[in-house]
Amino acid sequence: MILEKDVVVVGAGPAGLAAAIEAAKAGAAVLLVDLNLKAGGQLFKQIHKFFGSRAHYSGTRGYDIGKKLVKEATESQVEIWLQSTAVGVFPGNKVSIERILQNGGKKLYTVHGKTIILATGASENVVRFKGWTRPGVMGAGAAQTMVNVDHVKPGQKIVMLGSGNVGLIVSYQLMQAGCDVVALVEAAPKIGGYAVHAAKIRRAGVPIFTKHTIVEALGDAEGKVSGAVIAEVDEKFQPIPGTEQTIPCDTITLAAGLKPVVELTRLMNCASAFEPVLGGFIPMHNQDMETSVQGIFVAGDATGVEEASVALEEGRIAGVAAAQALGLLSQEDAESQKQFYWNRVNSLRSGPFGEKRLAAKQDVLQCYQEQIHTPQPEVMIGGLASGAD
Amino acid sequence: MMSREKFPDDMLVCRCEEITAGEIRQAIREGARDVTGVKRRVRAGMGPCQGRTCEKLVQQILCQELRIDPRQTGRSTARPPVRPVPFGELAEGVSKNDL
Repeated sequence: MILEKDVVVVGAGPAGLAAAIEAAKAGAAVLLVDLNLKAGGQLFKQIHKFFGSRAHYSGTRGYDIGKKLVKEATESQVEIWLQSTAVGVFPGNKVSIERILQNGGKKLYTVHGKTIILATGASENVVRFKGWTRPGVMGAGAAQTMVNVDHVKPGQKIVMLGSGNVGLIVSYQLMQAGCDVVALVEAAPKIGGYAVHAAKIRRAGVPIFTKHTIVEALGDAEGKVSGAVIAEVDEKFQPIPGTEQTIPCDTITLAAGLKPVVELTRLMNCASAFEPVLGGFIPMHNQDMETSVQGIFVAGDATGVEEASVALEEGRIAGVAAAQALGLLSQEDAESQKQFYWNRVNSLRSGPFGEKRLAAKQDVLQCYQEQIHTPQPEVMIGGLASGAD
Repeated sequence: MMSREKFPDDMLVCRCEEITAGEIRQAIREGARDVTGVKRRVRAGMGPCQGRTCEKLVQQILCQELRIDPRQTGRSTARPPVRPVPFGELAEGVSKNDL
């Protein structure tokens, strides 16, 4: 049997929660699914305070924002399925969901959504070097989940690769959890993330190796990480022979950026754009956050890796637009709400990092305007988008 | 920026299917020109994770070997289920009592 919903939202991170809340507030019957034990996505890993304006929860810690959103979603009558994985989207807007039941068993459900909002987030990039598959090499985000959510130390002596904000923040949080960060390694000539995060690492006395990379993860008798061989790199980021040194450690964490999780939009043949600044291939969308396929919306990192505050605003826009598409909001109401959130999201895209993201996003909107113009019913898209993938 | 040194031939790229950089280069020498071409020849990206981890690495090797742009490497085809699901579950279906 098939369940019927006005809106099915996949992913209960900041984007998905915000989208579900907006759509439900407008009167839509919303189902929000997430594969994790808890809604909130990455917010529950973010023990640091956000900065920016009050509208974007400055001074509030990520997990408190998460709690607030989950409460709001529940109060707005959003139906939330946790431990529920969307494993497919099929013609006719049918979402296939594998749900873990209370008795521990698993069941597949098919839910028909008049509209679908895909807020599936991003996954971590890996970096390749000899031994990168050894136990003890992991994503920085995975290490962050271990210390901040599961309260388990990934190891004692950590080498962090990558000095963007994730690398800096997670290094600091690993230290707060009682780990020793024995080296921060960065291939670029200078630290990539915000100065405020870098200063904390410097003050803690973490050795910083800029213009360096990891060339090998050494292993002990069992194969587990026992050290990192690092080397200086030239201006083309090639390791310079003879500059190798070994840093004993039991864990190597990789903070090499994220890529959007887009399998579901690809199943629907949503047209995509390639934007390196936003993490690679992303589904194109218009000012409604609607993809090239009518009724399929996207929001958050799945449509370009940015930050939680941006994801929230994009989610709100998608939620309002979905409600509008369902006829639950007047055009005037919907347009003014969307404009309000667009102003807020664009105000977040400032500064040296934000401006690049803003330009990339504008490029996506413009390509959409030129190549797609209006969202198409999926049957037509099958033929139209044959060259997209 | 991450370093762009060459992968050693014996380095694992696709850990699900245990495919090394050397095997991927061999596939390229045999004519693979994109991610799908590599996948068809050596199964990189065909395991349980469906290339979520290695696809970018395969793209990087293609770019290095063929001197092309990442957007020319294409991507593998997305197919449901996008996460592994046991056959039993697929066959079972759902009754009203489960809801």
